[in-house]
Amino acid sequence: MQHAGTEIVSAVSPIIERWRHEEGPLLPILNGIQREFGYVPREALPLIADALNLSRAEVYGVVSFYHDYRENPPGRHVLKLCRAEACQSMGGDLVAERLQNLLGVKFGETAGDGSVTLEAVYCLGLCACAPSAMLDGEVIGRLDGEKAEEIVREVRA
Amino acid sequence: MTAKIYVPRDSGALALGAEKVATAIARELGLRGIEAQIVRNGSRGLYWLEPMVEVETPAGRVAYGPVKPSDVPSLFDSNFLSGGPHPLFLGKPEEIPFLARQTRLTFARCGITDPVSLEDYQAHGGLRGLRNALSMAPLQIVEQVTESGLRGRGGAGFPTGIKWKTVLDTRAAQKYIVCNADEGDSGTFADRMIMEGDPFVLIEGMAIAGIAVGATKGYIYLRSEYPHAEQVLNEAIAAARKAGVLGSSVLGSQYAFDMEVRVGAGAYVCGEETALLDSLEGKRGMVRAKPPLPAHEGLFGKPTVINNVISLASVPIIMDKGAAYYRDFGMGRSRGTIPIQIAGNVKHGGLFEAAFGLTLGEIVDDIGGGTATGRPRRDRGRYRRRDGHGPAGARSAGGRAARGLFPARPLRYAVRL
Ligand SMILES: Cc1cc2nc3c(=O)[nH]c(=O)nc-3n(C[C@H](O)[C@H](O)[C@H](O)COP(=O)(O)O)c2cc1C
Ligand code: FES
Repeated sequence: MQHAGTEIVSAVSPIIERWRHEEGPLLPILNGIQREFGYVPREALPLIADALNLSRAEVYGVVSFYHDYRENPPGRHVLKLCRAEACQSMGGDLVAERLQNLLGVKFGETAGDGSVTLEAVYCLGLCACAPSAMLDGEVIGRLDGEKAEEIVREVRA
Repeated sequence: MTAKIYVPRDSGALALGAEKVATAIARELGLRGIEAQIVRNGSRGLYWLEPMVEVETPAGRVAYGPVKPSDVPSLFDSNFLSGGPHPLFLGKPEEIPFLARQTRLTFARCGITDPVSLEDYQAHGGLRGLRNALSMAPLQIVEQVTESGLRGRGGAGFPTGIKWKTVLDTRAAQKYIVCNADEGDSGTFADRMIMEGDPFVLIEGMAIAGIAVGATKGYIYLRSEYPHAEQVLNEAIAAARKAGVLGSSVLGSQYAFDMEVRVGAGAYVCGEETALLDSLEGKRGMVRAKPPLPAHEGLFGKPTVINNVISLASVPIIMDKGAAYYRDFGMGRSRGTIPIQIAGNVKHGGLFEAAFGLTLGEIVDDIGGGTATGRPRRDRGRYRRRDGHGPAGARSAGGRAARGLFPARPLRYAVRL
């Protein structure tokens, strides 16, 4: 869901206020905005720049550096699949392929019906329960075909 | 006495269904009209047995696992609250060979206590190190850490006490303690486990560091992939602040120390200490040229101790039991213990804390229990010893050569099959 400009200003301002007088406020502000909206709306950048006395280019440079920050709204669900080595050694590739097929999306994409965004992550610290994933912040371990289908049912529900 | 049932909130256990198990237990307690307290502990690190549920009995704690929600009614039928027999019965957790063979110093409380209960923490020896530190001069604390032989567990293996001495000797109105909780490498999860299972030991370690070098503010730079650790750390910091462990007068002393968690945003390079400091300052994470060392000009240009989670979490036991106690574990230049992380195609994946000096063969065959698939292990290149972090540390393929004693230098281990 895209947000209207005024809605963004009213939601972003308290986040900026919460942090602007703390040390190193930029990442906490961006994290707060991403938590609120699911992405970092472009319209928020000038507000941050003004508040922190930075140029817009500086703020943009930081936003674009960090992988977490999305430029566009994600789907209703966000599925992060671990693509790192320990998970791969336990069949992570197969599960990844299966989920991409079942969901009809590739990594980095959002399904056409807006149900889900699929993202790659590199280790969730669940290596002893590999392969692993995170669905809307909930952790899932020992992914297999059955659990993959459960995930698909959940995001389609 | 109401019965106590332990169901881990460790994210590894949660990934295997611990939340549903806790819910099922609560429902069954209600249905049967039994009064009991459900404690959400950390993980003992035996991940093939998670979710591992423990109950407190007159004869001590006993464990059952791996428990599925559908097992819960039968556990009650078997009178598991009194340690009754059941196919999932594991006996006393500390007698399970994987745990019995460990030397748990840094992870002594992990999986045993309620991670956000300061009372529990103190009942199990917590804060003794900090209290001892408060009775010493800063230089004495630094000397204890130096004498313990503790080296950085984040990869480079620099002696922790020497790093602290540099910051102590650098005069400045403001200094910082920064904890590197970026744990970016596949196969590593010890930092996550301790932050979720015993966050107070990290908080205590950072407070001791602050008092030792004259820093009043600490930051934990946590990777964004660890939302559960963030939650537990924030609960624990709030509890520590409320009890006066953190704040303007640490345990009533003349020292001030407070800290907060800062979450990263998905950049592997921010595990490197100078890039991490840039990130904390709100910049893109770029590796800075050295010198200056962070100890001289670190966060916001101020003298900064930057240490790995396990390095800092190992300090309380050193300050509690003394440098010699810690140094007596290990061998050669590698003193103390190391949390070995076993993951991948092994039967027994988990965390194994041991004094330095185990052989890789022991870890993989005896402790890891061989491969999960039952396939014979191919020796060449199938498992790896990790001595550090990606580009920073050498990562050697396993194989015959690596089966000897661990050399003195390597620091963190993740073993994968
Ligand atoms: C690319 C790169 C990634 C690193 N990632 C981590 C990390 O995730 N955690 C960590 O503690 N140290 C990491 N390090 C090592 C740190 O730069 C630094 O040596 C460490 O935080 C110092 O703490 P210690 O002395 O307690 O080990 C990394 C180094 C490099 C070059
Ligand atoms: S490699 Fe996938 S969780 Fe660590």
